[in-house]
Amino acid sequence: MKFTKLLATAALGLGLATAAVAQDKTKVGFVYVGPVGDGGWTYEHNEGRLAVEEHFGDKVETVFVESVPEGPDAERVMTQMALGGADLIFTTSFGYMDPTINVAKKFPDVKFEHATGYKRADNVSTYSARFYEGRAVQGLIAGHMTESNIVGYIGSYPIPEVIRGINSAFIHARKVNPDVQFKIVWAYTWFDPAKEADAANVLIEQGADVILQHTDSTAPQAAAQAAGDVITFGQASDMAEYAPKPRVSSIIDNWAPYYIDRVQAVMDGTWESQDVWHGIGEGMVGIGEITDAVPADVKQAALDLKDSIASGEYHPFTGPIKKQDGSDWLAEGETADDGTLAGMNFYVEGIEGDIPQ
Amino acid sequence: MIVIEKRPQPSQLWSVATPIVAVVATMIVGGLLFAALGKNPVEAIATIFWEPLFGEYAFYYRPQLLVKGAPLVLIAIGLSLGFRAGIWNIGAEGQYIVGALTGAGVGLAFYPLEAWYVFPLMVMAGALGGWAWAMIPAILKVRFGTNEILVSLMLVYVAEQLLASMSLGLLKNPEGFGFPGSRNLQSYPSGHNAELIEGTGMHWGVVAAFVAVIFAYVLLNRHMLGYQIRLTGEAPRAARFAGVRPARLILFCLGLSGALAGLAGLFEVSGPSGQVSIDFNVGYGFTAIIVAFLGRLHPVGILLAGGLMALTYIGGEIAQGNLGLPAAAIQVFQGMLLFFLLAFDLLTNYRIRFAGKEVA
Repeated sequence: MKFTKLLATAALGLGLATAAVAQDKTKVGFVYVGPVGDGGWTYEHNEGRLAVEEHFGDKVETVFVESVPEGPDAERVMTQMALGGADLIFTTSFGYMDPTINVAKKFPDVKFEHATGYKRADNVSTYSARFYEGRAVQGLIAGHMTESNIVGYIGSYPIPEVIRGINSAFIHARKVNPDVQFKIVWAYTWFDPAKEADAANVLIEQGADVILQHTDSTAPQAAAQAAGDVITFGQASDMAEYAPKPRVSSIIDNWAPYYIDRVQAVMDGTWESQDVWHGIGEGMVGIGEITDAVPADVKQAALDLKDSIASGEYHPFTGPIKKQDGSDWLAEGETADDGTLAGMNFYVEGIEGDIPQ
Repeated sequence: MIVIEKRPQPSQLWSVATPIVAVVATMIVGGLLFAALGKNPVEAIATIFWEPLFGEYAFYYRPQLLVKGAPLVLIAIGLSLGFRAGIWNIGAEGQYIVGALTGAGVGLAFYPLEAWYVFPLMVMAGALGGWAWAMIPAILKVRFGTNEILVSLMLVYVAEQLLASMSLGLLKNPEGFGFPGSRNLQSYPSGHNAELIEGTGMHWGVVAAFVAVIFAYVLLNRHMLGYQIRLTGEAPRAARFAGVRPARLILFCLGLSGALAGLAGLFEVSGPSGQVSIDFNVGYGFTAIIVAFLGRLHPVGILLAGGLMALTYIGGEIAQGNLGLPAAAIQVFQGMLLFFLLAFDLLTNYRIRFAGKEVA
């Protein structure tokens, strides 16, 4: 009790002390799981932070700490930011979920935004992007482009987020190419260039000529480039330095509009806890330029798919879809509800192998 | 011309002075590094070393030093005993993971039963898990003469896979919506390694670390076994003649360091961390090797070194947040510490003579 009180008093004291100054400056903290130079996930969150600085200029001050391990270290970093007078803190990895909730309890006046989690509180919002929408477009291109009919997929951790992406890509690859197979390798990391390169090479050796990745570095792109006739997709960030080949398109996380929006809400005093899951339509998920390595008709089909998802006309999980074990999941024309998608822990029919348990 | 010659006796003075010189050298070169990155070097160094101890929010950081330092000290004490005897357990990280898994596993098996004996059982299971994991390289070495460095290190990666498997399967929170990671032990009072006095950072792991320091000190200075450990390290042949049984010593040193690493894992998973998750381990087992050497393999030295290491971690985070120093610069800074320590260590066993021209 004593400690909580102590912190609360400190926070309160700080709030009072900075109240006069804070009128013109809102302090925003960012906790990153990787280095800002990862070229993927953390890079894009940092781009969002820079966009906030650009947009608000002198009215905001941003701080960030990178490569923060998920666990007690994250808790300390968040506490440090809150003590340092942050008004709003973005915690940008799934593993920061419990630490965020813990720290939020101690600092009721500080707002928290946790990416990709499911625990909320009065001062904790969650936000994520419907990356599976982008995966559908990738799957379509992959299904068309593969000649060996083997698509390699580098998974990070077998969590719903990643499994959703695999399912979405697979469904749309199968739609255009009934013979396509997915080979999935789990790297058990979000960012480890050496491991990611190994995974890519293993997949290429097994005959994959398309590599999809759910890890954050460009190492798989480099591996594909070295191997020759293999195509890849940028993950989280455009990874345009590998265009036009091996990188033929990408999923780009665009956090900037959301971050600006939420900072504005704190400034206006209208910030409320919410759960946001935005996709292509809202602009949180972007599809990077499809290069000329992709035939024009395939490119057109991909863009049409993107547009129909963006307009809400088509949902990437539309029945009939069966689960891997052959049981029915979605009936003809039925679309998946967000609850099922959020906790997705099964493969759809046709994917070989088991989800590691 | 500079000549390096071996001292007849290792220098007592330098063996004490080296760590201090290494810290000072790290500050100077680190300062230059920070200056090269366009930061004020004095401010950066002050932020790392001063801010956590005496800064505005020291009331929060000081307890955090205990939380961060305790597992390092606990593991390093165990490692140092083996290192002294020339038994190289490099796989404390794996033993730390397995200790956390077995300890948390016992706790979660009792969930939601509230009883006083749950936590002691978890502690025992944690120590046992770490011990058992360390017994693999120990027995392989004793029976087949395998290299314990390689085996213990490789077992870290096996333990990491085991951790992933447990977070996704057996120990997964049944109310976690399919997400990986166990229940949070912080919300299970009987299994929670809570702070003993709120706001002090003092949890059972910190107590255990202090006890381990005292225990190791007594063992090394007052006990036959400690004498044997030191003798084996300094003069293996003499030790053999003195009746030391190497096999017994290997089993003891590896087993004890494994048990302590397992304990550290258990205290971490049931306290500050709270849950078994895929990314549970953050390198304490490896950092503890630095701590053990920084502390000259001496219990009190290790205590101080653990504190210093914790300080650079916490101060480093503050420097990142406040000054915008990149994380990599902090890691280089920490790496320098070991580098300089090893470099200056030369002076303990060798002396540098500036041979004049008259020699030529």
